[in-house]
Amino acid sequence: MVDVRSGIGEALPPPEVEDVELYHPHSWWTRYVFSQDAKIIAIQYATTAIAIGMVALVLSWLIRLQLGFPNTFQFVSPEAYYQFITMHGMIMVIYLLTALFLGGFGNYLIPLMVGARDMVFPYANMLSYWIYLLAVLVLVASFFAPGGPTGAGWTLYPPQAVLSGTPGGRDWGIILMLSSLIIFIIGFTMGGLNYVVTVLQGRARGMTLMRMPLTVWGIFTATVMALLAFPALFVACVMMLFDRLLGTSFFMPAIVEMGEQLQYGGGSPILFQHLFWFFGHPEVYIVALPAFGIVSDLISTHARKNIFGYRMMVWAIVIIGALSFIVWAHHMYVSGMNPYFGFFFATTTLIIAVPTAIKVYNWVLTLWRGNIHLTLPMLFALAFIVTFVNGGLTGLFLGNVVVDVPLSDTMFVVAHFHMVMGVAPILVIFGAIYHWYPKITGRMLNETLGQIHFWVTFVGAYAIFFPMHYVGLAGVPRRYHELGEAAFVPESINDLNAFISIMALIVGAAQILFLFNLVWSLRHGREAGGNPWRATTLEWQTPETPPPHGNWGKELPVVYRWAYDYSVPGAPEDFIPQNHPTPGRVSHEAAP
Amino acid sequence: MAVVVILVLLALGSVLFHVFSPWWWTPIASNWSFIDNTIIITFWITGFAFVAVVLFMAYCVLRFRHRPGNTADYEPENRRLESWLATGTTLGVAAMLTPGLFVWNQFITVPDGAAEVEVVGQQWLWNFRLPGADGKLGMTDARDVTPENALGLNRNDAASLDDLIIEGGELHLPIGKPVKVLLRSVDVLHDFYVPEFRAKMDMVPGMITYFWFTPTRTGTFEILCAELCGVGHPQMRGTVVVDTEEDYQAWLAEQQTFSQLTASSETRSPATATAAATAQ
Repeated sequence: MVDVRSGIGEALPPPEVEDVELYHPHSWWTRYVFSQDAKIIAIQYATTAIAIGMVALVLSWLIRLQLGFPNTFQFVSPEAYYQFITMHGMIMVIYLLTALFLGGFGNYLIPLMVGARDMVFPYANMLSYWIYLLAVLVLVASFFAPGGPTGAGWTLYPPQAVLSGTPGGRDWGIILMLSSLIIFIIGFTMGGLNYVVTVLQGRARGMTLMRMPLTVWGIFTATVMALLAFPALFVACVMMLFDRLLGTSFFMPAIVEMGEQLQYGGGSPILFQHLFWFFGHPEVYIVALPAFGIVSDLISTHARKNIFGYRMMVWAIVIIGALSFIVWAHHMYVSGMNPYFGFFFATTTLIIAVPTAIKVYNWVLTLWRGNIHLTLPMLFALAFIVTFVNGGLTGLFLGNVVVDVPLSDTMFVVAHFHMVMGVAPILVIFGAIYHWYPKITGRMLNETLGQIHFWVTFVGAYAIFFPMHYVGLAGVPRRYHELGEAAFVPESINDLNAFISIMALIVGAAQILFLFNLVWSLRHGREAGGNPWRATTLEWQTPETPPPHGNWGKELPVVYRWAYDYSVPGAPEDFIPQNHPTPGRVSHEAAP
Repeated sequence: MAVVVILVLLALGSVLFHVFSPWWWTPIASNWSFIDNTIIITFWITGFAFVAVVLFMAYCVLRFRHRPGNTADYEPENRRLESWLATGTTLGVAAMLTPGLFVWNQFITVPDGAAEVEVVGQQWLWNFRLPGADGKLGMTDARDVTPENALGLNRNDAASLDDLIIEGGELHLPIGKPVKVLLRSVDVLHDFYVPEFRAKMDMVPGMITYFWFTPTRTGTFEILCAELCGVGHPQMRGTVVVDTEEDYQAWLAEQQTFSQLTASSETRSPATATAAATAQ
């Protein structure tokens, strides 16, 4: 059995690789703009992701204005509405969440947490960011292109995505969307290979895999998954682009559009759905696993207690990652695919609930007999558990094939995925920013602003998405610009929709407060010192804060223990850093 | 402390909202009450899990929040507890999955003797086709679609000629008889969705999909499209009327066959063409 905790007495392995010779910038441009330092790249990624995320936020306001108060805001035409929901979804899933978790947190935390000086391929890392920026610019360009951005829904299902009944279908919208995704994937692959190789090859001496913080495990597994899943989206995008531009028929059967025979034939629209969801389902976990990892570390640090069941947590991450590749067709129960697939995919989908539930138990059991400091990161972590459990449980409705039939394509689905992969991971992002901002900038974020931000965001987001499930249960379909007259829902559903919209406006506004805090605290925040949370992991042990180029000064750190030596009995303090050679409680047995 | 209060309120509030809010599913009008029951079971199991986790968290925060002198336990693992929890979860999941799979098996197994009805989607309206006297639906192809033949029936297939065609109108179904709904689209994805029937299925150009159900009460129900099909998606509405057998037969007798429709459009179109020509 691997002892995951202190390893005193084991011979310290000799360094496998020489300390790397870093690229040293010579000018302001190569230091801050075309930087090869993962920390700068991380900030570039995060800033770009948050900036484009603000566009998605404004779009969500416009969507909710229309849904809450139909026929009031004339500028939200049906065309505009479909463009807004499409761009909102695509930006949030790909350009914000994926980019921020992997490009942002991955770049900042991996080298620091594993004790490396930088990513192993700094130049490719730099390219990765600039290609990502290009993808974002192409995406933004579609707002200004003739016909506007695509309104095909973020799933981009053909044939409608490339036909004239959909905004952007025969204009620039869909072309720019597909091109932007292709560019994004190229950029991501460069970054992703970097994260994986750095975790595998760049770790400090003594940092065994089973001593890595769960944050690194989450980001690492998510990156491996992304490298395997994104190619499916890549080929789907290329094929659809060919269908649109060159007249091929990968996804296009014989079609009559508005009374006119089109020159397509023999393709399969369902093939696209399989490719899309072969990417799309792992994508959920590409966003969720880094959040799982980060939240584990937040809870452990702020409850001053080791994460409960570390090895189980690692295996749960790996098993969830693997299983998530064989559940994709649960997005397609009513797609018209062979109905016998339903048995298989419902079973695999519900099996995934078991390792996921174990993670939840281990988080709450970490709180049990802890010493819980209700800091902002801890508050966000608690809010994450609530929203994630809520959203995960409604997944058991949708994953259970026959239960999905009435609920599929209704607002229940919208409520479910927003709760589980929107609200929950974003709460972790906030928690993580409150947690690591002191390391990144040397200053603490303002506590009062943070408290307001937390309460409005948590309670508000729950008040938006919890009732929304019942809008769907009542039968209201998703992607309806307006429901119009419908005998099957009570009139009062309009009041509920208006309430949800008002909450959405308020929660959105609270994010402006958060952005203000980010900027204001840069100058005026309280000085943080090197390790304000008294945390064990390596990034808090850097000789300088913020860590300079090369991270560690002259000597690379050496790791003697796992990442969770909090409140070790007999230790002088309630935490022992990973690079601290003092023996903790060496002979502690894993099993009782 | 505010956290504890909010967590408890949130758990209880969610339960109260579930029980007392007026927003619930519309009364069922098909045989799929099994689906409703499975949803109810799932609500109970998941609701229990949610309340348990949130209240446990609230308790932990109350009991183990930081106070001077507090220290945390050091307990990296607890094999027995972990395996108990894993086993319990597996059982709960199985309790939801097993009935679900049984009902799914019923859902995809069409009973013998179910009447076939075809629904054809196009941007943005619903068309229907019923087999004629021969009891068979004729062959179709999107390539055969013309303004006079909106559903793309094959004129050379004898089985097509007596098919009853209902373009953009309302569909009638007899109560108490199982129906196999064959779904087809001539342009993009659509989804035939009647909330009261609980069942729905996508319509995919290039293939024929299906589901079956038995209408269990008479009435008029709205058909919605549940798969994004372009800007007209929310306006793609239709009506299905569940009739008594008598009313159904009366309605059926009024419908036109494919050959009647073709004949009338052939006599009509040259006339309209001449009229148009003289107008110029």
